[in-house]
Amino acid sequence: MENIYLAVVLAPLIGSILAGLFGKQIGRAGAHTVTIAGVAIAAALSVYVFYQHAFNAAPVYNATVYEWALVGDLSMNVGFLVDNLTAMMMVVVTSVSLMVHVYTIGYMHEDPGYQRFFSYISLFTFSMLMLVMANNFLQLFFGWEAVGLVSYLLIGFWFKRPTAIYANMKAFLVNRVGDFGFLLGIAGVLMYFGSLDYYTVFGKAPAFAAGNPTMELFAGHPWAVMTVICICLFIGAMGKSAQVPLHVWLPDSMEGPTPISALIHAATMVTAGVFMVARMSPLFELSETALSFVLVIGATTALFMGFLGLIQNDIKRVVAYSTLSQLGYMVVALGVSAYAAGVFHLMTHAFFKALLFLGAGSVIIGMHHEQDIRAMGNLKKYMPITWITSLLGSLALIGTPGFAGFYSKDAIIEAVHASTIAGSGYAYFCVLVGVFITALYSFRMYFLVFHTKERFGESHHHSATHHDDAHHGSHTHGHAHHEAQKPHESPWVVWLPLVALAIPSVCVAWFFTEPMLIGDFFKGVIYVADNHNTLEHLREEWHHVGGAAGFALHAVQTLPFWLALGGVVAAYVLFVMMPAVPKKIAEVFSPIYKLMHNKYGFDDFNQAVFANGSVAVGKKLWHWGDMTVIDGMMVNGTARTVGRVAAQVRKLQSGYLYHYAFAMIIGLLVFFTWLYFAR
Amino acid sequence: MTNLLSLLIWLPIAGGLAVLFGTGERNTAASKWLSLGIALATFGLCIPLWTGFDTTTAAMQYVEHANWIRLGNIEINYALGVDGFAMPLIALTSFTTVLVVLAGWEVIEKRVSHYMAAFLVMTGLMNGVFAATDAMLFYVFWEFMLIPMFLIIGIWGGPNRVYATLKFFLYTFLGSVLMLVALIYMGIKGGSFAIEAMHKLPLEMGPQTLIFIAFFLAFAVKVPMFPVHTWLPDAHVEAPTGGSVVLAAIMLKMGTYGFLRFNLPITPDASADLANIIIALSLIAVVYIGLVALVQKDMKKLIAYSSIAHMGFVTLGFFIVFKLVGANTHAALGFQGALVQMISHGFVSAALFLCVGVMYDRMHSRMIGDYGGVANSMPKFAAFFMLFAMANAGLPGTAGFVGEFMVIVAAFKANFWYAFLASVSLITGAAYTLWMYKRVVFGEVANKHVAELPDLNKREFLILAVLAVMTLALGLYPKALTTVMEPSVQHLIGCGVQSKLQTVVEGVCR
Repeated sequence: MENIYLAVVLAPLIGSILAGLFGKQIGRAGAHTVTIAGVAIAAALSVYVFYQHAFNAAPVYNATVYEWALVGDLSMNVGFLVDNLTAMMMVVVTSVSLMVHVYTIGYMHEDPGYQRFFSYISLFTFSMLMLVMANNFLQLFFGWEAVGLVSYLLIGFWFKRPTAIYANMKAFLVNRVGDFGFLLGIAGVLMYFGSLDYYTVFGKAPAFAAGNPTMELFAGHPWAVMTVICICLFIGAMGKSAQVPLHVWLPDSMEGPTPISALIHAATMVTAGVFMVARMSPLFELSETALSFVLVIGATTALFMGFLGLIQNDIKRVVAYSTLSQLGYMVVALGVSAYAAGVFHLMTHAFFKALLFLGAGSVIIGMHHEQDIRAMGNLKKYMPITWITSLLGSLALIGTPGFAGFYSKDAIIEAVHASTIAGSGYAYFCVLVGVFITALYSFRMYFLVFHTKERFGESHHHSATHHDDAHHGSHTHGHAHHEAQKPHESPWVVWLPLVALAIPSVCVAWFFTEPMLIGDFFKGVIYVADNHNTLEHLREEWHHVGGAAGFALHAVQTLPFWLALGGVVAAYVLFVMMPAVPKKIAEVFSPIYKLMHNKYGFDDFNQAVFANGSVAVGKKLWHWGDMTVIDGMMVNGTARTVGRVAAQVRKLQSGYLYHYAFAMIIGLLVFFTWLYFAR
Repeated sequence: MTNLLSLLIWLPIAGGLAVLFGTGERNTAASKWLSLGIALATFGLCIPLWTGFDTTTAAMQYVEHANWIRLGNIEINYALGVDGFAMPLIALTSFTTVLVVLAGWEVIEKRVSHYMAAFLVMTGLMNGVFAATDAMLFYVFWEFMLIPMFLIIGIWGGPNRVYATLKFFLYTFLGSVLMLVALIYMGIKGGSFAIEAMHKLPLEMGPQTLIFIAFFLAFAVKVPMFPVHTWLPDAHVEAPTGGSVVLAAIMLKMGTYGFLRFNLPITPDASADLANIIIALSLIAVVYIGLVALVQKDMKKLIAYSSIAHMGFVTLGFFIVFKLVGANTHAALGFQGALVQMISHGFVSAALFLCVGVMYDRMHSRMIGDYGGVANSMPKFAAFFMLFAMANAGLPGTAGFVGEFMVIVAAFKANFWYAFLASVSLITGAAYTLWMYKRVVFGEVANKHVAELPDLNKREFLILAVLAVMTLALGLYPKALTTVMEPSVQHLIGCGVQSKLQTVVEGVCR
């Protein structure tokens, strides 16, 4: 199998290198051919690997590819760990990536950076695979930062645009704040377990934690080591998976082209944090404090980012806030030790959210690079495939019984309900209200885009703040031409991936809920302490109602179903029947609206305190420390003093012999006097 | 070859003199080609040096020994040898020289042969510093090495070069003189100027402290450590590109190499005693300098400050060993990290200075504000610059990551807050590097000068491509380097930094 794993990783890398370094030589068609071939190979092999692991009980593969460095008795390696969790992630990453590659042919066909774009997304696929297939913390960190790099490159893909190059730097730096914690967590792991290898660390952890070891970060305040390590690691996840307060980069990342929003900022990279915590379940299970921390952060993200989705008018930003909220759900699942539910939601979300993003991209193409949902309406008439697939994606997102999102989200809500750790009450409230909010913002967007009256002929009161998704020095559809052009359905390379993603969005959970959540698919991979077994209730219920179909029917009796339905109805009432009402609400609750409009003030705060603050401190240190004290007083001061002394001393060297003779006599006198008295 | 080290020292020196007096200014083309030939030959000598190097021992290899001066019963010898610390640095020096010769190829217009000769001679002298195993020989190379650097900045430098060279001189001279006093003291006391004898020389705490301070002043200036760092930004700004490259890639390493060769093994007790101060200064370098770098408007100054912050990791990695007594793996990680950082900084900072040089040659400005949107006119250049910027920000997979990672994880065990403060560089390093990159390379074309920039020519492409390969190779497979250094690291931890005040280890190490 080793060669297969290597091929999975290397095929996209080779594609990326070819398209990146020889893009000019192989041309546009050559670039997309080699990269798609690379990713297709990886996808096909991943499916094979998944099949072997899921159905043929292939043994867990854990081996070193090569030794990166050997220091003392510490061996640092590049190596793969392939078990059921890895195999699932491999399929998700490569299949979504393949869809996005195909889609890109249509979406980017006008762009002068075509080859570069394909090179980046294949490089991303490679990095993400390195991340999920790692068998040690070092390689995990490599993949972790490598996906961050590609994300940076892709958000800033249209590097002429000021907002894009602001957003990509912001994304990288906020992620670096997360990585800061992550690296400290890894350092802690190495210090206490003496290894960076997953299995070695996981093996040592229970016995280690049994002794309740503590460390003092501040003298006199002992903290549990496991808590410190897990929270540090989770800070990394907060950056990558955009959890409050490190979520600020994700909405801005929508500056990147839509295909990467789907691939990186919805389906795969942003879920790396969720994957990581699930992978580290043997560590997180040892600290209930850390789990509570995870839970509260996730719940806050799930609800409060959902609220912001309600007031966005940029189609991509609605989906982006939805992603933030759904990531919150996954993190909540981790917090209540329902890791399986978390990664299961990760998988279903990857499909339907990639679908929604690509659908949004298709709308943007159809609308000639308009992104404001207030300027759309009734697109179902012009873009039937996009319409149907987006509807399916939205239904999956809000958790309509029978759709993929239903099974995964319901499992999370059930698990939170069953949990007893600190913060679970708050989290339960958040995830329940979140269901209503999710349905509301999803169908607000859905109705405004695909139903309601056509608004694309109307004047653009908003075009100053909302811009085209695609830059295009070259493209011909300027704003001025909008009135003349009707929306149109996208070409097949764009809609085919929508259809291909719609299928798993609807039905993937029919086949995998049973093994992944109920059965023992994750046995030996995800570890759950006996008193944290929050999915147990779900299992009983599952068997009680008789599997997937029964579960969906049973849902009608549960609160989340009615909350979701309520959200859809509310969206219909507010945005289709009585479109004047939302404006009224915004006016009546204007302080709250303002707070939400300012995104709770996170961006302003960060800009004022961290960005401007560090520049101000830097200037102070430079002017005051380097220039005034060190250079001004010490260096040049020394030089001046030397100069002054020298000027004085020079006067002594008069050149007159009698001056020198006189000085010698005085000197001798002093010397002999000293000798005389010193005796 | 038994005289490999001598060849590495004298071939470039003799070659430099041949360029100066042979081909000279009459035939600058021949001077350039001769210089390139000598640089390549010198670098070529590093191949047998590396492949023939025994990675199982910490002992000096390629040893050469000849009597030089005899003062009474004290000998000063022409003694050479390399261990795992010195050998990679010699290779780095010889490698850098090739790049510098190429980098000056079309750019230097006045006194081309003198320029090339200065670099070649300097290469030999720097190799001498790393290869010398006799303290006096070391000192001679150490001081002589400054002369070509003065000339390079003074002749081919910028408008404010006189201030910069004087500042450089004032700083370095103060330190070096005290180092000479310390060396003479130990030479007389122990009857030998062999560095190894000094390692074994028993010293009480008082003398150790004084000797430590004498060495510290000499080396801290070179590194440079906070607060004696302010000469570096000025020197870099005034130096021609080649000068900056050698300064950053090699000269700064002389300081940390000095710590490794003199401070730690000769005065282990004083080092342990004063470790807190050094660690504090290192962390100040990382945090304070990181913030100062953020606000620089001059690209060269920014990279110079960035160098100071990166070198802070080296001194941090060295001195946390005293906080990791008994934790040999972590101590070794700290050392290895520091050593890898020295080499990686050699590649990355050299590459960044060359990148700035590429732009300066076209625009004659180093000011960030004069640029903007360079990627539009120079896409190839932008790609290389991005790689090196990311390496400077410590991205895994590049050379810049390896050392920082090792030092941070080692520091965590010494003290959580050391690791915490050192990790701040993850954020500041990315901030100042990427902000500069954003303002210079991204964006719309800022002005018509930027629009007219021609992309890299073949020569520039070759230089940057070689550095790119090295940066990635070291990042992806640092084992090639750590294997070479490991025995010396283990020896230093096992013996070098052990106390001289107790007699227990005698026989094994002393």
